Amino acid sequence: MSMDIFLQHLLNGISVGSLYALIAIGYTMVYGILLLINFAHGDIFMMASYFMIFAVVDFRMPIWLALPLIILLTIVLGMLLERSAYKPLRNAPRMSIMISAIGASYLFENLATYLFTGVPKGYPDIPWLTKVVNIGSISFQIVTVIAPVLVAAILIGLMALVNHTKTGMAMRAVSKDFETARLMGIKIDRVIAATFVIGSGLAAIGSVLWGAKYSSVYPLMGVMPGLKCFVAAVFGGIGNIPGAVLGGIVLGLGETLLVAFFPGLTGYRDAFAFVVLIVMLLVRPNGLLGEKTTDKV
Amino acid sequence: MKRKLLAVLLTAAMTAAMLAGCGSSAGGGSDDVIKIGVFEPLTGENGGGGSQEVDGIKYANEVYPEVLGKKVELVVVDNKSDKGEATTAATRLVEQEGVAAVIGSYGSGVSIAAGDIFKNAKVPAMGASCTNPMVTEGNEYYFRTCFLDPFQGTVMANYCAQQGYTKAAVVYQNGDDYSTGLANFFKASFEGAGGTIVSEGVIQTNDSDYNSILTNIKASDAEVIFAPSSITVAGAFIKQARALGIDGLICAGDTWENEAIIDVAGEAAEGIVLSTFYDENDANASEEAKKFVPGFKEYLGGDDPIIPAVSALGYDAYCVVLDAIERAGSTDGDAIRQALADTSDFVGVTGEITFDENGDAQKSVAIVKTVEGGEFKYLDTVTITN
Repeated sequence: MSMDIFLQHLLNGISVGSLYALIAIGYTMVYGILLLINFAHGDIFMMASYFMIFAVVDFRMPIWLALPLIILLTIVLGMLLERSAYKPLRNAPRMSIMISAIGASYLFENLATYLFTGVPKGYPDIPWLTKVVNIGSISFQIVTVIAPVLVAAILIGLMALVNHTKTGMAMRAVSKDFETARLMGIKIDRVIAATFVIGSGLAAIGSVLWGAKYSSVYPLMGVMPGLKCFVAAVFGGIGNIPGAVLGGIVLGLGETLLVAFFPGLTGYRDAFAFVVLIVMLLVRPNGLLGEKTTDKV
Repeated sequence: MKRKLLAVLLTAAMTAAMLAGCGSSAGGGSDDVIKIGVFEPLTGENGGGGSQEVDGIKYANEVYPEVLGKKVELVVVDNKSDKGEATTAATRLVEQEGVAAVIGSYGSGVSIAAGDIFKNAKVPAMGASCTNPMVTEGNEYYFRTCFLDPFQGTVMANYCAQQGYTKAAVVYQNGDDYSTGLANFFKASFEGAGGTIVSEGVIQTNDSDYNSILTNIKASDAEVIFAPSSITVAGAFIKQARALGIDGLICAGDTWENEAIIDVAGEAAEGIVLSTFYDENDANASEEAKKFVPGFKEYLGGDDPIIPAVSALGYDAYCVVLDAIERAGSTDGDAIRQALADTSDFVGVTGEITFDENGDAQKSVAIVKTVEGGEFKYLDTVTITN
């Protein structure tokens, strides 16, 4: 393999990994607070893509106006989901809320198929993201390099939020012990809402980058990213934000390099992700950066 | 105690409902209507193409709503592009709905999965656009109105060879009988014509990132990429290929004749080449086709829509079935099957239809199209004699 082909693969891997990371953060945060795997997260991401199409193609909005609007709409959708599907089950067994999440996921997928049909739609062109740059024989879209930079910035911002603000402190408290935090006067519902706001917002940002890179929008587009990012979150240590980013990037790079070095194995790309998940769960169930759970007596 | 009683009552009610359901279905196909099953994917991977095929069938039903003096009722079931769901949907059609015949499906995999159910129930099935040979092979109840993958693969391989290309890359979708079948036939014909396959890639279901496969292709210096795939894959695939700086020819089979691909890929779709069943601007078209084109456009509505080839095939499939029921003079499965097998030179929108001993329409002509200025343009007509 020549050097430039290798670099091309590396670039592909890091950029797809960054996208995984953005979505994985949403999974990991919700899990950290609620101990819930939000299976509908991938579908929130899908809906965000459709919002963009409606805003730009049907309502002819300029991109600068559409961007904040769709992030806002996605956040509202995420909060609606929490209010209607998760909040009523706050005191139910954990399995019930998990099943509710799976139900919500199917609801979104089928609603989207019914409303928008299964025919894929093109994502609006955002020139400053989709422009192709050539360096030597390496070609890439600008979004390919923007994605990792953006993820790094978001990670720094989130860590600051979690470690140095009052909301962050409340989040940490809730994730340590739900009941005690409530007894200490922390408004649990508000903390959970904040978590869904951040998670859905990041899903919306992720969908813009994804749309610019892959451009195809269809009702089941959230399924695979949803599953892979869930794997990434578990891999990095579910509940741990830097872990989710690390997991996403490792998974993206791994998948890409597998195909790069073993072209005969292209059919096993997805298998790779899930083998990684199984091995991780066997060897280190808490993930790469996950904390060891200590049972309180 | 009260609760237990309620539970027992509910269970009894449900069981009764189930039995009632069976009872009414046994006599399906009542005296004044003839039911025809439409077995198509409306959701899942092939939901988009499946709905377009259904459009054609529904329009045909609007144009020809009656046979044997009875009204034809379409029973549409969704096979969800899934082989497991397909058998459930097919069973529902033959057992509960009691349909006289079945049309479909878009996607060969689901048709193959459901084939035995139609065969065992002796319900003739008419595939519209399922091109894999295994759909009709060994199944005297399955027919189809389109050409087959070996033919289609040969058409594209010959076209590529004629254009002087010698190095090709082949990409196909894992577990998709249409895609893998077409890829294999292309490989065989292209190598037979003196070319070499320099790279192969496999796409996973629901995957959106093809960059690693495409980077391998770029490194292999392939002059042409043959990538038979669903419309969900196609647009994104083409766009990513061009963004990686691959400027060779990208071609595929009939699924690619779909506006959604141009919508998704935009300018990147310019110059792609595909083989298809039918050209709406064909000057030598039959009277039926000349009637169909404006009528169906009006049915679709909108601003001068392009007619997907699968809609035209769906229309033909319905008309052929109706013609067979008419000639059979009854809704008996075997009588319709025999009438279908005897069909000779039936004039449809996509050409004349005569079935061979496998139940495949004998078609020797394929249309090659390209994309130019954001529209599908006629490029060539390829005739291959077997």
